[in-house]
Amino acid sequence: MQLEEKLLNGDKRGCAKLISMVENNDKEAIDIIKKLYNHTGNAHIIGITGPPGGGKSTLTDRLAKALRKEDKKIGIIAIDPTSPFSGGSILGDRIRMNDLSLDKEVFIRSMGTRGYLGGLSKATQGAVKLLDIFGCDYIFIETVGVGQSEVDIVKTADTVIMVMVPGLGDDIQAIKAGVMEIGDIFAINKSDLMGASKTATEIKMMLDMSDNMERRPPVLQVTAIKNEGIDKLVDEIKNQMNYLEESNELYERRKNNAKTEIIKLVEEDIINLILKKNESIGMLDDIAHEVAIKVLDPYTAKDRVFNSIKEL
Amino acid sequence: MDRPIRVLVAKPGLDGHDRGAKVVARALRDAGMEVIYTGLRQTPQQIVAAAIQEDVDVVAMSILSGAHNHLFPKVVQILKDEGAEDILIVGGGVIPEDDIPGLKEAGVKEIFTPGTATTDVIEFIKNNVKRK
Repeated sequence: MQLEEKLLNGDKRGCAKLISMVENNDKEAIDIIKKLYNHTGNAHIIGITGPPGGGKSTLTDRLAKALRKEDKKIGIIAIDPTSPFSGGSILGDRIRMNDLSLDKEVFIRSMGTRGYLGGLSKATQGAVKLLDIFGCDYIFIETVGVGQSEVDIVKTADTVIMVMVPGLGDDIQAIKAGVMEIGDIFAINKSDLMGASKTATEIKMMLDMSDNMERRPPVLQVTAIKNEGIDKLVDEIKNQMNYLEESNELYERRKNNAKTEIIKLVEEDIINLILKKNESIGMLDDIAHEVAIKVLDPYTAKDRVFNSIKEL
Repeated sequence: MDRPIRVLVAKPGLDGHDRGAKVVARALRDAGMEVIYTGLRQTPQQIVAAAIQEDVDVVAMSILSGAHNHLFPKVVQILKDEGAEDILIVGGGVIPEDDIPGLKEAGVKEIFTPGTATTDVIEFIKNNVKRK
């Protein structure tokens, strides 16, 4: 059976192979996505983001289980950091999702960031498309543990759940720019710990200050490990999707996300062109040398590089 | 660009001793591999399901409970049933010398006993993995 058929028939091995191929920039896999692109768009793509150790994996596991009760097909992409030194990584999100491994209607894939800094991996978008074609109703993207500025998820998902935990900081942290701005839903996990309601209040007060929101993000207290508050969160996920669909916001977001993705793809190709050109004539090294010894400024250098690829 | 070797590190069976598995996982990470760590008390079925979804090149199992003669061949068999016999399978833990030939015959490519240098494990994987 061809990979394409396997994917359409919901064959896990075929889907897994294709994700590897996309991670590898393989032309055959990209051709399959091109051909089957009209099969995408059915899944609700949900980003799960938040600080390391906040319980993103456990919460994803519980959400998936709740949605499985409704017979929904689930895809999970769990991202962990790649070492900038060795290129290796420990992908440990599956540990929290072991019960789901054997469920025929759940597909879990771990990915290393492989040099990407925005909280996602290089091939996240490709993998999402494959899981969409594969027939998933919900696709969860669990980002790496984020700090303050890894916001790429908002350009990839339909809905972003910001997972917070009590005790990480005060109300000043809550009003800072960055990750605190991207949540469509705030889930305060580990709400059995002291300080959870204070964290919830701080986030609500932060939200009170923004009066230009189309839709005010709900703030929920959950305890994933005890399965508390999960049903309410599932309801909010559905409310959010209803809102997106009814308000045309879904189209707007997907269009914006597409724009970002196209620019990223073009960017990659241009960079590859420059690197290829550099390989053949060593252009980049020569120019970098001139900039380093101060006979050339970086802006003129940029012009020269740009002109050289235009000639290709 | 070559993709990194992907390794599933798993603990089949009921013993709770994962220090060795974690040391190996860390060493493989430092050797530039992507290590998917699945944690304790995995059934052979769970290990195979994870190996397939993660499209790994290697399954590395650690066991200290004495059930290796049952669990290792079982994983090999289910992987074969799923058509994934190209995955390199290695094992480690407290495994008696006498059991090693039988395990190798069953399809476990190498057994690493206590005292093995992590560099030996890395070398073995690099030399024996079948790159797709």
